[in-house]
Parts: sequence; structure tokens; C-alpha cells
Amino acid sequence: MILPKHLVSFLLVRVGIVVALSALWQSMAWLIASPDFPSLYSVIKSVQFHFNEGDMVNNILITLRRVLLSFIIAMLLGGIIGIMMGVNSLFNKLTDSLLIIMLNIPALVTILLCYIWFGLVEAAAIAAVAINKIPTVVVMIREGTRTVDKDLLAVAKIYKLSATKTFFSVFLPQLYPFIIAAARSGLSLIWKIVLVVELLGRSDGVGFALNTLFQFFDIAGILAYTFAFVMIILLIEILFFKPFDKLVARGACGD
Amino acid sequence: MIELNVAINNKYYPNSQQAVLAQLDFSVKPGEFVAIIGPSGCGKSTLLNMISGLEDCSGQHISYNERASQKYGANDSGVNNQSHQLGYIFQQPRLMPWLTVKENIELVLSPSQYHKIDGLLAQVGLDNKGGYFPSQLSGGMQRRVSIARAFAINPQLLLLDEPFNSLDAPTAARLRQLLLDLCIQRGTTVVFVTHDLSEAIYLADRIIFMSHSPSTIVHQAIVDLPKPRKESGVAELKWQAQLLVKYPHLLAGRID
Repeated sequence: MILPKHLVSFLLVRVGIVVALSALWQSMAWLIASPDFPSLYSVIKSVQFHFNEGDMVNNILITLRRVLLSFIIAMLLGGIIGIMMGVNSLFNKLTDSLLIIMLNIPALVTILLCYIWFGLVEAAAIAAVAINKIPTVVVMIREGTRTVDKDLLAVAKIYKLSATKTFFSVFLPQLYPFIIAAARSGLSLIWKIVLVVELLGRSDGVGFALNTLFQFFDIAGILAYTFAFVMIILLIEILFFKPFDKLVARGACGD
Repeated sequence: MIELNVAINNKYYPNSQQAVLAQLDFSVKPGEFVAIIGPSGCGKSTLLNMISGLEDCSGQHISYNERASQKYGANDSGVNNQSHQLGYIFQQPRLMPWLTVKENIELVLSPSQYHKIDGLLAQVGLDNKGGYFPSQLSGGMQRRVSIARAFAINPQLLLLDEPFNSLDAPTAARLRQLLLDLCIQRGTTVVFVTHDLSEAIYLADRIIFMSHSPSTIVHQAIVDLPKPRKESGVAELKWQAQLLVKYPHLLAGRID
């Protein structure tokens, strides 16, 4: 079977980079020959061990659940507040200062305060992560709302489109690039914060596992968890964000 | 068919002390094609936006009477928004870039009316282009889609704001003919804003000339030439020349 040319070059580039980086890692590990810098092989062995013997699957599923819950809450609330701020200048004036404050409160402070005020419970962990992410979603969606083409909204008004049709067929599609940007940056930020939240106040999840591995100076184990989790995030990117990318690019030049 | 009555007295832009429209009082009879000509910045587009309800009309009077002489009072905004169908073809086609040609027309229709779309696309010469996105069409084709969209709702009143601006001459001529055919076929009442006198003579039954801002009507001329007319035909050019000899500064918004 002959593969198309563009697919061959794509595979060569992508696979080539991965192979080159793996080779570099392995050779560096051989050269350094220190337990602080485990080889790629020992990390893969560690993944295999934690996957089969340990509770890596369980920890990853727990962390993923927290990531997804916080992500959904942050995107929904951030999206709604962002649209309101972009559309209503009075609401924007009233809440702008609060937004700047929220943007600049360190993630660690929010996490600690949530644990102190609500206790070391699951809801506090998810709330802490969502509160950290909501302001950045608000900023992105607000800016997107400000760029919405009023001429297209005028078309909706002239042709007496219903409010629902105007929102979903005219207004929201103009926000898609901003929503996907907020979602992409959101996912990467959220899973990093979730690990801190787990490290500080939960007894399960990837963050908790990393803390345990750190106490044993199991660097291969730490890298194994990182490796596994990054792979899952990449899978989410391919399964969810790439199709959404196509939706965003719908009708763009050259489509 | 619908009749349009406009009575505007000092229309200001928000936060402005200078009126953009001073005194405008005119009617458009059912099925009549009226062109409005005026110098740049005289408020022609503002006038269309007021008629369509896009612009605030507080304190002004714009009303639509059905042919059966049904009379309505203006609502708080000054515009009578009864169940008449209003179509608006803008300077730019204003199509949703993320929707295909067919979806752009579906947008303004209810699902029970979708069957009309193929026939309409054929009428504007875009059969087989229903699945294309606006970015895949030429400027002229995009205008045709916006014309199809406007006629999809079978408008009783159609507003056009220099819709053939920036098109090459043959394309603009084809689109003018298309517009005229559709309007005659459906008996649509039309208000057409342009700065091109020969275009107005070719299309309109009557031409309203506006002054500089704050605008008033400086002259109205009934185009008493037989139809169909020719673009830059002898009779049309003669009519235009006679008008401009009588009022040399008409296009600048003056009749002195």
C-alpha cells in the first residue's frame, strides 16, 4: 500500500522528532549515569510497573475527573461572565477591578483559602481549581465578545431571527476561536493546578502519587506519571480539540 | 404590497449637537421603486437604518400601510413594526462566513420554507453553489446570495444601500437587471440608496435628491421613461442631461 506524500512527510517529521528526542534522552542518561536522571528505558519500565502493579490507572482517572469537572465549571462560568462583560459596559465597569484582582491572586493562596474555608473536601479542591481558571476564561471571552461583528447582528435583527437563533447561529460562532483558545490554555493550566491541589489536600490522584514518589526520591516514577498524564492530555487534544478546530475553520479561506 | 410613510424632524446621533437629518417627509407607494441620491455623509444610510428599525427613531414617525389601507400608529421607538416582511441588502453582502450559501438563506427562513431555496438560487444563477462557503465565491456571487436571502422572505418592503458599489460594470449591470426582474415579479416596494444617477434612472420610478447634512429633500423627480430601460441608453442619458442642465448642483445637494 502506498501512503499519500503529505502523510509520509507528516509521519516522518512527527515520528522523527519523537525518535530523535528519545535517543537524545537515552544517550544523555547513559552519559550522566546518575540515579537523578533515569534513562527512557527505566521510565518506560516504571510506567509499566505502576500501570500493572500500582494504582496509576485509578489515580489518573481520579485526577482526570477533577480536571474535567473544574474545566467544565470554569469554561461555563467564565464564558457567561465574559460574554456579559463584553456586551454590557456597565457590568464590565462594575466587575473589571474584581477581575484584575482575581487574575493576580496566586493560585496557591486560592487553594489554601478554599481548604481552610470549606475543609479538605472534594468540592473545595474543585472550587479552588475553577476559581483559579475562571478569570483567564473571562478575559479571553470578553475580548472575543468585543470583536463580534455588529453588522452581522444587524442582519439577524432585520430578518427577525429569534434570540436563540441569533445567539447560536450568529453570535456564538464568532466566539469559537476565543473559546477554543480559552479551552486549550485552560486545560493545560487546570491540570497543573489540580496536581498542586491534590498534593496539598487530597489522599488520591496524580498529585498525591507524585508527592509519595517524591518522598522516596523515585524520579523514574515521577517521570512515569508525568509521561502517562501528558499522553492522556494529548489524546484529549486529538479527540476533542482537533474536531473543534475544524468547526472553527469552517468557511475560512481555503476550506 | 406595502406603502411607506416617513416623517423625520431633526434626527441627531447620540452625543451630537448637530442634526444629521433635518426635515424629511415622503411616501413610497405600494410597488414603487424609489431611489435616494445625496452627497456623501448626508445621512442616506442613517435614513435606511431608521426605516428598518436598526437606528433609534424616537420622536420620529415612520409607518407602513398595507395595501388594504390598514393604518397603524407608531410605537415608542417611532417605527411601526407590524408583521410586514422587510428585506435589507447592505453595501457589503454581510453573509455569515461559517455558513454555506444554502445555510445563509436557511437562517432567515423557517424549516417549512426550506424548499424555496433551490428555486431561489436558480433564479439568481447560483444553482449548484448551495454548498459553497462565501469565501469560495466572487464578490458578485456573494451579492447574489444576499439578494436571494432578501427575497427568500418575500419582502413587502426592500431597502438597498448602495448594493452594487465596488463591483465591476458588467457584474453590476447583471445584478441590477436581476434585482429589477425580482422586484417586478413580486411587486416589492423598494427604497434604493445610491450615489449613481444613471443607476437610479435605470431602476427607479422616482428619485429623491437629498441635501448635505443636516439633510432635507431638495428635489424629487419622477422618471417618466418607458420600461424596460437601457443602461446608458440615449433616452436615459438625455433625461439625465436635461435634469442636470436644469439643476447643475443637484448631485452636490443643491438646487441653486
